[in-house]
Formats: sequence, structure tokens, C-alpha cells
Amino acid sequence: MSSVPAIRIRQVAKRYGKTQALAGVDLDIAPGEFFGLLGPNGAGKTTLISALAGLVRPDGGSIEVLGHDVQSDYRAARRLLGVVPQELVFDPFFSVRETLRFQSGYFGIRGNDDWIDEILANLDLTAKADAGMRSLSGGMKRRVLVAQALVHRPPVIVLDEPTAGVDVELRQTLWRFIQRLNGEGHTVVLTTHYLEEAEALCGRIAMLKAGKVVALDTTANLLQRFAAHTLRFHLAAGELPADLAAQASREGRLWVLPVAACEQLETLLARLRQAGCRLEELQVGQPELEEVFMRLMHQEQSP
Amino acid sequence: MTSFLTLFYKEVLRFWKVGFQTVVAPIITAMLYLMIFSHVLEDHVRVYDRLSYGAFLVPGLVMMSLLQNAFANSSSSVIQSKVVGSIVFILLAPISYLSFFAAYVLAAVLRGLVVGLGVLLVTLWFAPLEFQHPLWILVFATLGGALLGTLGILAGLWADKFDQLAAFQNFLIMPLTFLSGVFYSIHSLPAVWQGVSRYNPVFYLIDGFRHGFFGVSDVSPWLSLAVAVACFIVLAAFVLALLRRGYKLRA
Repeated sequence: MSSVPAIRIRQVAKRYGKTQALAGVDLDIAPGEFFGLLGPNGAGKTTLISALAGLVRPDGGSIEVLGHDVQSDYRAARRLLGVVPQELVFDPFFSVRETLRFQSGYFGIRGNDDWIDEILANLDLTAKADAGMRSLSGGMKRRVLVAQALVHRPPVIVLDEPTAGVDVELRQTLWRFIQRLNGEGHTVVLTTHYLEEAEALCGRIAMLKAGKVVALDTTANLLQRFAAHTLRFHLAAGELPADLAAQASREGRLWVLPVAACEQLETLLARLRQAGCRLEELQVGQPELEEVFMRLMHQEQSP
Repeated sequence: MTSFLTLFYKEVLRFWKVGFQTVVAPIITAMLYLMIFSHVLEDHVRVYDRLSYGAFLVPGLVMMSLLQNAFANSSSSVIQSKVVGSIVFILLAPISYLSFFAAYVLAAVLRGLVVGLGVLLVTLWFAPLEFQHPLWILVFATLGGALLGTLGILAGLWADKFDQLAAFQNFLIMPLTFLSGVFYSIHSLPAVWQGVSRYNPVFYLIDGFRHGFFGVSDVSPWLSLAVAVACFIVLAAFVLALLRRGYKLRA
């Protein structure tokens, strides 16, 4: 990690009435990372991002973007940060290009049309450049939100649920572009409900629960620590031995058995055969982030 | 500077794009007022000895339209962007609260001046006007626009819903402008109401503005200037403090 983190969060707390939205969050994100911020609804992801963006003032703690405090040095911090808000908001009075020109101007940039054209092309928006914001479909408006966050070429890009309610095509276009920017050195922070997206994209993941970070590790380590390969099958005949039944879970009409390592698979299959089980629709499953997520979220609050 | 200019330009474009509603409509409204009131009252009301009622009325209507539209511009822009959420684009940008304030107030002043000028142009041939002190005219027009533009920011920040803004408009702005001497000289009022009118800042704006045209007024234009400037400074300081705190903008 370089000496100045892209994002440095220290003991950030925020309370709304009786709800403790953030209960002392610490987090360091290094420059160039593709970082995932996951958690169920109400875990505090959006509050944390809003605090980072200066939209919410924390009750305590501090947040820095590349060494600039988001409160006391807000102008420098905001220049370094591009945030895609979760809500699908837009200014109905203007066209796509006007919207992007204004956003450039707010960041003190004039004559930004070359970069605006490049963003538009990369997000498949070129044909809509002169269309009014009001006339765009939801997916198109979402792209404009992403474009707005990028007009000032921010070294740190934060995307709050950028693919919520968005079709497959746009997701792929979007991720290709964001991955390219990440490859060019931009730090990317992402929240999403699509765990397979986070698993595929993020090098490191923090899981948030009730305003606290409950897990923070590389995606690979999280998968290794908390998830296992699985054996899924439909039991056509026979019954599972009691010890296996205790470990198994149901997924529709399928049984799901955890397999700690691939080598155990043979022993397990042999045992099932001996027990008189006839298996159909046999599948071996990779460890999935969803399982990690479910486990961590359903764990009792650790002391 | 670029961010301030952009925000100012955006605010101007916002009303200019719907100019029929934001500029033409208020001009027509003012023209209707003038036609009806001057027709009904021309022979019955004599305000200052040498002035016809129509001539007296025109500067009042110009100022009233200017003030109401300056207020409407900043208040509707702030609340609309709050309600639809697009204010986030300004809040995410490195724009100082002072630039924010200046851009919204100046755009409000500009809309007020455009509407005021429009009202003046279409009413010009209804009544013989004089332009004795153009500088006073300009000073009070600008100050009035700035004062109501600032009040508009305050109302837009405070209101969470459009009906709250409408209440602000109906119960504060309308009485203040209507009961300020647009349609009459306060000297024609009973003593009690003359006293009450002196607590209405809008009275001074209109009285000073009218002085610029005819060189006659209910109070000295210097007093009007002092009151208007003092009101603006107090209100601006208050609104700037709210913006700095992020009142209803940053949770």
C-alpha cells in the first residue's frame, strides 16, 4: 500500500434519531484498488458513501480522500472524488450534453467536450447526447449519472448501486468502462446487491452490518475462509446418513452438502452410495460470495 | 470562478428555457393589473398632485413583478432540485457556499430585472412616465431583486414540500408586496396603517424605486436605501450561515 490511502476512514459514526447508521467504521482503501462495500439494506453503506461525499456530516470520526479531509478541506477532497448516487436523479431542464457541461463547470473545468465525448462513447450514449434528460429511459439516465461522476476525471470513483434495475447489456458496458479506468489507476469503490458482480470485480471486500465492518479481506480469502465447494443433488432414492443430513441444507428440491476440499468429493460420493442413496442432477458448486454474505449476516453479533 | 459562473449560467438557462412561463406570463399579469386598476381608479384617485394614477401605478407594478419573480426564481429552483434530488450534483461539486449564494441571488436579480423591464416596456404607453433619477431606479431594482432572491433561497431551503413554499408565498410575500404601496401612497391610509406600513421593508423598496421615476416619494430615498441595505445584509448573513451549516442540504 502506498503511504497516502485513496480513502481513509477513521471511527466514523452517525446516528439518525434512534438508529445508529454507522457505529465507528475504520477502513483504508489503497490507490488503484477495486473495492466492494457490501451489506444488507440498512447496513450503512449509503450513509458511509454520503459521509465520504460530504452529503452527510458524521457525528464523529474523520474521512480523507487522498489525504484531504472531506470536511475541513472539502474542495480538494471533492475534486478527487466522483460519486454515482444511488437515486436516479436528473435535472429535467437540460439535455445530456448540457448536463455534462454543467457538471464539468461545477468542478471548474471549461472546454471539456473531448473528454465528454469519450465518456459518452464509452457508455453508449453518443446517440443521446442532445436528447433531453426527461426523454431518456431509466437505464439511459443511469448512464448519465455515471458520466456525470466522471467529467472531472476523479482518481477515486464511488459507485453506489450503479446496476440496480439495469439490464445486462448496460451492466457489461458499464463494467468494461469502469474496469478500464481501474486499469488506468483509478481507485474504484462499489456497493452492489449483485454479489456475483462484486465477486467478479472486487479485489477486496468489506462487509457492513448494523453500521460496523464485520469482515474485511481480499475476495479470495473471504471465499476461502467462509465458503466451501458444495455438492448439490436430487435424492431419487434412499436417505442421507444422519451426520450428513445435519450438515446439509435444502435449495428447492436439491440437497446441498458442503465439501471442504475437492479431494473429499470421492469419499463423500462413496459414502452416499454405500448408504443406498441414488443421486440425480448432480452438480459441484464453486464457493460463492453469497454464502459468505449469508453466513456473516446471520452470525450473532460478535462481542 | 468557473464553478460560480457555471452555476449562475445554469440558473439563468433554467428560467430562460421556460421563458413563456417565467417572463412573459408575469408581464401579461402586470399589464392586466394596470389596465383594470387604472381604468377603474384613474378619475377617483389622485396620489401626488401632478401625477395621474396610471403613472403612479406603473413603477409599483414594475417593482412588484420584479420582486415576486426574483423570489420565485431562487425559491422554485432550490425546492425543485431538493425534491427531485438533482441538488446532489451541486452538493458533490467543490462549490463554496458563497458561490452557491451568489449564483442563485444573481440569477434571481436577473430574472427580476428582465421581468421588470418587460413590464415597464409594455406599460410605457399606458401612462406618461418620467425618469428623473435613473440611478435610484437601478439601485432599488437591483437591491429589491437581491433581497427577494435571498428570501427565495431561505424559503426553498426551509420548505420540504411545494405546498409549504406556496404558504410562504401566499402568507408572507404576497401581503408584503401588496400592502407596500404598489397601488396607493401610504399617505392615503389611516394613521395606524401608515405606521404599520413603515415596518414593511418592501414599502421602502417601492417608495425609493418610485422616487427614481418622479422625484417624489413618501419617505426620503436615502432612508429607503438604508432600510433596504440593512435588510439585505441581515438576511444574507442569515442565509449564508444556513448554507454554511448545510441546513436541510447536508444531513
